[in-house]
Amino acid sequence: MGLIDKGRTPKPLTWLLNYSRKYSLWMFQWGLACCAIEMGAALASPRYDMMRLGVIPFPASPRQADLVVISGTVTDKMAPAIRRLYEQMPDPKYVISMGSCANCGGPYWDSYSVTKGVDQIIPVDIYVPGCPPRPEALLQAIVMLQAQIQNEGIGNDQLQKRWRGEPVVIDDPHTAPVVLGPKPEPTAVPVV
Amino acid sequence: MSTTEMPSAPDFELERSAMRHLADAQMNVELDTGDMILNLGPQHPATHGTLRLVVRLDGERVIAADPVIGYMHRGYEKLTEFRTYPQITTLINRIDWLSSFANEVPFVHAAEQLMGIEAPARAQYIRTILTELSRIATFVLFLGEMGLQVGALTPAFYGFRDREHVLNLIEGATGGRFHPNFNRIGGLKDDLPWGWVSETRQVMQLVLDSCDQFEDLVVGNEIFLSRTRGIGIIPGDIGTAYGVSGSNLRASGVDWDLRRDGVPYLAYPDLDFKVWTHAAGDSFARYWVRLQETRESVRMVLQLLDGLPAGPVMAKVPRIIKVPEGEAWVETENPLGQMGYYIVSKGATGPFRVKIRSASFSNVSILPWLLRGVYVPDVVTILASLYFILGDIDR
Repeated sequence: MGLIDKGRTPKPLTWLLNYSRKYSLWMFQWGLACCAIEMGAALASPRYDMMRLGVIPFPASPRQADLVVISGTVTDKMAPAIRRLYEQMPDPKYVISMGSCANCGGPYWDSYSVTKGVDQIIPVDIYVPGCPPRPEALLQAIVMLQAQIQNEGIGNDQLQKRWRGEPVVIDDPHTAPVVLGPKPEPTAVPVV
Repeated sequence: MSTTEMPSAPDFELERSAMRHLADAQMNVELDTGDMILNLGPQHPATHGTLRLVVRLDGERVIAADPVIGYMHRGYEKLTEFRTYPQITTLINRIDWLSSFANEVPFVHAAEQLMGIEAPARAQYIRTILTELSRIATFVLFLGEMGLQVGALTPAFYGFRDREHVLNLIEGATGGRFHPNFNRIGGLKDDLPWGWVSETRQVMQLVLDSCDQFEDLVVGNEIFLSRTRGIGIIPGDIGTAYGVSGSNLRASGVDWDLRRDGVPYLAYPDLDFKVWTHAAGDSFARYWVRLQETRESVRMVLQLLDGLPAGPVMAKVPRIIKVPEGEAWVETENPLGQMGYYIVSKGATGPFRVKIRSASFSNVSILPWLLRGVYVPDVVTILASLYFILGDIDR
């Protein structure tokens, strides 16, 4: 993958890479609350059948997954586990936040034990609104994510970092900067 | 002349026995494998959500199990203190998310009791129909899921297929597929839509057929029988002592159903139905009882459709709902067991304090007793057969 590392992949090759990636998404299901049942309906019910979109929902561990669907209420007790399993996933990795609770806290916006949005702990690619969203909405999210993957340029600096598994710093003015992936080595403090 | 006594003969037999014991002890130390701690969850496919189970193992056998709950704690009892009564029904839909409609009923009843309002007969009947429909939706998913937990993927597809039929009905009547929020204090939001009754009859026939299918596919399966027969036996008295309720208790031979034995509510006094029990108390009995109860619910829905009275679906209710001072406790037979709300009102638009008694919390509290001495694969079947919902445990 020398070309990818340098960010100089020929266009047809980029297209082919993205095309193959988007139809073999190994999805790690993080079923938390009500949305988990709707996610189950999208996966296992003959009416929706998500596997026809090229999503394989049974990886043995997060270490083999490309995509995680956080479906349901994230509580403060659960948040460290989500962060930890997200970090175990190999790059490049994608996150779908399903349902109002995972998006922003939902009906529990003033609860003392609920994390107000999973994007406080991990970066989210697609938000699915609804309480709970219908299975069709999750299918739409998958299709949108596939479109996003297809249009990813590998030359993009931040994407390159994701490919290489280097730390990506998300600098949000409202929160402390979030560092994803391996922590950067502390720079040597110049001795005065 | 001194007499020297001969030393007595050493007790060779004693010495040899001591050596044998020492050797045995050493062997035991060398062969001893320490207890292994196995952590199931909080994210584990077999725990139906986010139940964490810390299990201490001796080889393949469980010697102690400790359920760790609280990963889905959303603070319902505190939130209800900051909401008005109509807003609370939105929240409590999501306690037991598989049978959302059934959750609303005891709360709305308690509020109506305090206000001295009674919903019209037609509203009571429609409430009963929708409660039974959500019971079917819950149990049908269980019938499929239980197959999944013993290693058969196919029943899960059937379970979801039938659940979709029933959810369509609930959506047709209430507008909400999952969380209807259809109950109002004093009645219902709307009447049934045109053509709903005849469609329900058709779907009930489908459900009956699929119950037969489950009986053929799962109950008659030899692997299923050997995985569930005699596994996870709850004796009736111990189940009662732990507060286990609902189908889990009826599968232990305790003939107790709040629809028949409790304070009469909804249209259940008008119905003719049988309370199914099974004497065995094992995982298979719990499956079998739920299968029969699904059929019984279908019978009840058909009876209710036949006897559906005409009239309004909403009683006269003030525009702004203020509940007079007082306390009320209402418990109902939900799909997962006994569910109750204890409301303390101080005369405001919202309650002063609400205590929620949910079925799964008590059903899970028997796990440390029940899982002692079983094998690891059986832990999964026992968890599946108890059928709990994490929102119902942690609230």
